[in-house]
Amino acid sequence: MTDRLDGPPAPPPVSQAVPEAAPEKAPEPAPVKAGSLGPPARLAIWFLLPGVLLLGAMVIYPIIYSIFRSFYDSNGNTFVGVENYATIFNDSSTLTTIRNNLIWVAVAPALVTAVGLVFAVLTERIRWATAFKLIVFMPMAVSLMASGVIFRLVYEQAPDRGVANAIITSVTDVFGSSDGYPDARPRENDRSPVAGQQGAVVTKQPAGPGKAVLLPLVGVKPETLASAATAKAPQPGPGELAGTVWVDFTQGGGGAVNQVDPTEKGLTGVTVEAVQNGAVKATATTEADGTFRLTGLAPGDYLVRLPESNFHAAFNGIAWLGPALITPAIIGAFIWVWAGFSMVLIAAGLSAIPRDALEAARIDGATEWQVFRKITIPLLAPVLLVVFVTMIINTLKVFDLVFVIAPGSVQPQANVIALEMWRVSFGGGGNQGLGSALSIFLLILVLPFMIINIRRFRRDNQ
Amino acid sequence: MTTSSLGAPPRNVISKILDKVGGGLVQAVLVLIGLFWLVPTLGLFVVSLRQETANNSTGWWTAFTKPAEWTIKNYADLLATGFTASFWNTVLITVPTTLLVIGIASMAAYAFAWMEFPGRDALFLVVIGLLVVPIQIALIPIAKLYGSIGIFGSIAGVVLFHVAFGLPFAIFLLRNFFAGIPRSLLEAARMDGAGEWKIFSTVVFPLAKPAVASLGIFQFLWVWNDLLVALVFANTENQPMTKALQSQMRQFGTNVDILAPGAFLSLIIPLILFFAFQRYFVQGMMAGSVK
Repeated sequence: MTDRLDGPPAPPPVSQAVPEAAPEKAPEPAPVKAGSLGPPARLAIWFLLPGVLLLGAMVIYPIIYSIFRSFYDSNGNTFVGVENYATIFNDSSTLTTIRNNLIWVAVAPALVTAVGLVFAVLTERIRWATAFKLIVFMPMAVSLMASGVIFRLVYEQAPDRGVANAIITSVTDVFGSSDGYPDARPRENDRSPVAGQQGAVVTKQPAGPGKAVLLPLVGVKPETLASAATAKAPQPGPGELAGTVWVDFTQGGGGAVNQVDPTEKGLTGVTVEAVQNGAVKATATTEADGTFRLTGLAPGDYLVRLPESNFHAAFNGIAWLGPALITPAIIGAFIWVWAGFSMVLIAAGLSAIPRDALEAARIDGATEWQVFRKITIPLLAPVLLVVFVTMIINTLKVFDLVFVIAPGSVQPQANVIALEMWRVSFGGGGNQGLGSALSIFLLILVLPFMIINIRRFRRDNQ
Repeated sequence: MTTSSLGAPPRNVISKILDKVGGGLVQAVLVLIGLFWLVPTLGLFVVSLRQETANNSTGWWTAFTKPAEWTIKNYADLLATGFTASFWNTVLITVPTTLLVIGIASMAAYAFAWMEFPGRDALFLVVIGLLVVPIQIALIPIAKLYGSIGIFGSIAGVVLFHVAFGLPFAIFLLRNFFAGIPRSLLEAARMDGAGEWKIFSTVVFPLAKPAVASLGIFQFLWVWNDLLVALVFANTENQPMTKALQSQMRQFGTNVDILAPGAFLSLIIPLILFFAFQRYFVQGMMAGSVK
């Protein structure tokens, strides 16, 4: 900050509306330094008055009021000492909010900073970096309310409605089995040609190429079979081991056990393995009518196995908005909102790094990773710290996202201090003593950052 | 604090590593990440344009193959709930707040930057300290205060609260910008016999247009997007869009058809502003955080 000298005092203006009318004493030529503008001190009052009045009445006074109020009971008539503060640390619901805020502070700022760093680095040389940055930065302009609605939609549990679970489902479908038949099982009697074996289903009699095997199952729910095709009996071609996996149950009665009857349904998409001496020699998947053909088998005896994976329960979506995952889910939305902020600040920091420092290190034989670790990161440290600290302050005050994303039934598990403060004072709690104590508690939590800000400013302006 | 933050910065170390890894891979990853950031908002938009029954049975992404499901009925239904009134409330809260913050803060910032008075530095440190004060601290006292002077629930009350809590950041941002204006310009004006008000209004303030624009857009978005202050201080008649949407939130799942178009309408204006003035937005953000 530039130093300015005291100017000669001038009479205060009559009113702020006509300041030009204020007599303006000619400033004395500055005796030292750059020269003084010499505006009269009392004139400053008129410039400061509106702001100082507002800040005093609506920020400073409330802080003092809240301190006093926090020592009184819910309706403010009885002095209760530190009882409200004791409640914060004894009541299980407020303890949950403190625990959640701790999780937030421990996880979210680091993640946002890391994500921003990665994005900033990745976009450094991409031609369409500006477009990318705009997209990632965009959520900053959107209200947290709207972001909350957006993520309520993303996190819907049913995989055919919520996009998060839809993506996960399709990924698990690619890598794992598709919808299984969790209830399917062999009929439990000696005449059944198949038997259960450690979750899998295996034929009792070995068969070889050119033969047909039957794999009758029961216990599949009728609604699963609503769209299933009618099963066909296996017809092995030369050198093939063919078979049918079907539901050996004729609806409405009738039908022969262990026979493919005319109305019985095939099971589609079941994985079938030909096993010899414990080793899988061939695999196939059943058609819509339940038939399969295992080809390329050397002559010999094989057991036909339906591996356990066929009988896993179908994936039914992750309960993002359930009590266990709600906080991580909201932190996910928080990262979506703030990653752009972090990325843009860090990118600016990156572009300000002097090239020569990096070149010098390279000439000295440093690898690129060493240059990044030993030079880029240390030079970025101040920016990273700013992002990190800003995010800590944001996570301490997080309110809207939790309020909007967490469904009413899991809000107690997702609760944070800022939300609890609103709930106990305005959202039906009706305890403004505890509310004041919570707001003071919140203020104490951000106090270190207030001091950091002041210190940094004083240092920078020495 | 460069303005080129959204532009292409010069190459450096890491980019050379990336060269070796393969720029193609990086681009593919970035496209994927970009989709990650776009898809949620796109989903909101599609849901807002889909029939209620379709939304309740299948995912929005299936709508692209089923043109019959598209409808603007949700928007019509939303407007029938009186959402237009809350839109105007949002405007009536946001615009005066932004103007007042700019006016009051720039005067104070001028005093802090270019006037000498006892306790100036201490007072400015107080302003810096107030930057991080959580608004929760003022909810109860100000609710009491408003109750006693009879503006609880009114738009004026909401505006006043926003102005007060917008001031520390605004004063801080503008004071730093004002202090960077060359002293010679002010001295020249002073030599010409200009008074303080004249110097402020005809020299300093016009020069500070970029900073004022940054502050304005920031302040506008902040107030436009606020939920908490409205929740406490605005009654149903004066509620802005965020609060109107929140009141629909209780029965989420059955009325996503109202919520989705509402949320989408509430973010159109911020998005337009953001894309039109993103340069100022970024500048304001940087000036505010790289302290």
